[in-house]
Amino acid sequence: MNLHEYQGKELFRAYGLPVSKGYAASTPEEAVQHAQTLGGDSWVVKAQVHAGGRGKAGGVKLVSNLDEVKVFAEQMLGQRLVTYQTDAKGQPIDKLLVEACSSIDDELYLGVVLDRASRQVVVMASTEGGVEIEKVAAETPEKIFKAYIDPLVGPQPYQAREMAFKLKLSSSQVKQFTQIFLGLARLFLEKDAALIEVNPLVITQTQDLLCLDAKVVIDSSALFRHPDLKAMDDPSQQDERERKANEWDLSYVSLDGNIGCMVNGAGLAMATMDLVKLKGGAPANFLDVGGGATRERVSEAFKIILSDEKVKAVLVNIFGGIVRCDLIAEGVIGAVADIGVKVPVIVRLEGNNAQLGLQLLTDSGLNIKAAQGFDEAAALVVKAAGGAL
Amino acid sequence: MSVLVNAETKVICQGLTGSQGTFHTEQAIAYGTQMVGGVTPGKGGQTHLGLPVFNTVKEAVVETGATVSVIYVPAAFCKDSVLEAIDAGVELIVCITEGIPALDMMLINQYNTNKKGGRIIGPNCPGVITPGECKVGIMPGDVHLPGKVGIVSRSGTLTYEAVSQTTALGFGQSTCIGIGGDPMPGTTFIDALALFQQDPKTEAIIMVGEIGGTAEDEAALFIKQNVTKPVVSYIAGVTAPQGKRMGHAGAIIAGGKGTADEKYAALEAADVKVVRNPAKIGFTLKELTGW
Repeated sequence: MNLHEYQGKELFRAYGLPVSKGYAASTPEEAVQHAQTLGGDSWVVKAQVHAGGRGKAGGVKLVSNLDEVKVFAEQMLGQRLVTYQTDAKGQPIDKLLVEACSSIDDELYLGVVLDRASRQVVVMASTEGGVEIEKVAAETPEKIFKAYIDPLVGPQPYQAREMAFKLKLSSSQVKQFTQIFLGLARLFLEKDAALIEVNPLVITQTQDLLCLDAKVVIDSSALFRHPDLKAMDDPSQQDERERKANEWDLSYVSLDGNIGCMVNGAGLAMATMDLVKLKGGAPANFLDVGGGATRERVSEAFKIILSDEKVKAVLVNIFGGIVRCDLIAEGVIGAVADIGVKVPVIVRLEGNNAQLGLQLLTDSGLNIKAAQGFDEAAALVVKAAGGAL
Repeated sequence: MSVLVNAETKVICQGLTGSQGTFHTEQAIAYGTQMVGGVTPGKGGQTHLGLPVFNTVKEAVVETGATVSVIYVPAAFCKDSVLEAIDAGVELIVCITEGIPALDMMLINQYNTNKKGGRIIGPNCPGVITPGECKVGIMPGDVHLPGKVGIVSRSGTLTYEAVSQTTALGFGQSTCIGIGGDPMPGTTFIDALALFQQDPKTEAIIMVGEIGGTAEDEAALFIKQNVTKPVVSYIAGVTAPQGKRMGHAGAIIAGGKGTADEKYAALEAADVKVVRNPAKIGFTLKELTGW
């Protein structure tokens, strides 16, 4: 689950990390009030969306009078921001962060990630702040310093100091960096983060360290023990169909093609998309309907898939396993009848009672075609959707 | 021979009296698995499905002589259950549960390494089966056939797909290991490949990977250096977009890394036979082995 920058900075503050003073605003009037409260004569106003690249996309503005705050807020709020990380529609802007301005001398990068290969939490820092860290990692990996955190011992000050010296920080900055390192690692471990990035971590003109941005991703599996974080969820930043699917505990991802896919199991769902592509078609979505493909869940899955107007045909691919395929077939027939599915539906059933299930589909009198095998099913659905692209 | 489990293996179930534990233990017993007991704290002394229930894993292990525990405990309590199994000296811990926080799993793996504990399989996996002998997990028993192919996979349903194809061709399976779809599994591809390489009953290996992480790349290198048996590999997610979690917690292309194309390239560079059509995994193995 992604957090907004202003939410991430609230967490930073709670863990003693230095951040600019600032407040989130939902209306232009609020934005102006916040600027007045902050005082001074210049502010940074930042669109709050779940995507990077906001600055280049025009979602961040340095302003030097209250009128400018109001005008920028009016331009931004209620609009959508398109960055290189979003799709063509962009992300809705419901809030702006109004912050006191800070003078910048240098930019560093600091991040904490779960490293899958070492199965440990890794703190990463680089002198190359403000740019994409993936680019630094690919082009100049020697400029990234890493510290591995033992989950049973936690982060240690010596690890922070070692990193600070490699970053060539001054002695007062080493002390500040140590506090930031330890706070950030503690935040990561205590709040079940999956990723935290401070990009950039800046050195101000007074030679102090300041967390200028905050990207925080929380491990969704751990939300059961963090009601405070769960309350920070902003579903408006999610794709509408993905949000709807979540409500039904279905796993759905929108794609660009015209063949809807409904599959049980995440691996098989990906494999189904891949085989559709291999047959010359284009999948419209990933959808894992889960182990219990009941009539109700299948109905909801169909509704979500068909709410995408691009969809010209649907492939249902179920490996029955312990669930009986005839029951799944009944679920599919019921769902197709209930919601009046107009596009052709190709069904492949494998496993327990598969032949019985296929017979039920064939006899249903609905626009459902039973396929013999995975390969044939993919070929049939591509044909039904108008042939290979 | 086979790996990890066989007809002699004695298995207990943590979470036996819950709905998942009950259903899948019934299925395991019907398959012929030697289920010898279960653990539900507070229900010690009772009998469930004809099996003795214990309050602690330690008691269950001492009383039954079990060496394997299969865990169906809800995600929120799973860390506790796995750690209890480690401390009770269970040799093989099979964790079926989906949705365990990544940091819990990291801590479990570190603790287990430090303690030199047993092998952990999963979480978020179908489990392990040696066809005709012992089924530990949620896989459908009847698609399997005792035989000579070792299968290791991050995905449940794709394992069944590979199983069903090798059953249809009459090859059968020595053992199938579902390592699970989470980012920090207890057992990795490399661990499973090493087991299959040493197992005389396993004559060929199918490895089913997916997007996310670098486990397949590491496995490719391991195969090149250590595996002499024929290996066929399929990777799911060629069409998966960047930055989106595809169902499994571990199936995500992050920062442009962990794509299916990268993994295919790594496997091909290590001279592993790859197959891009998931319906042709068995057929490709047939071609490779000449069976």
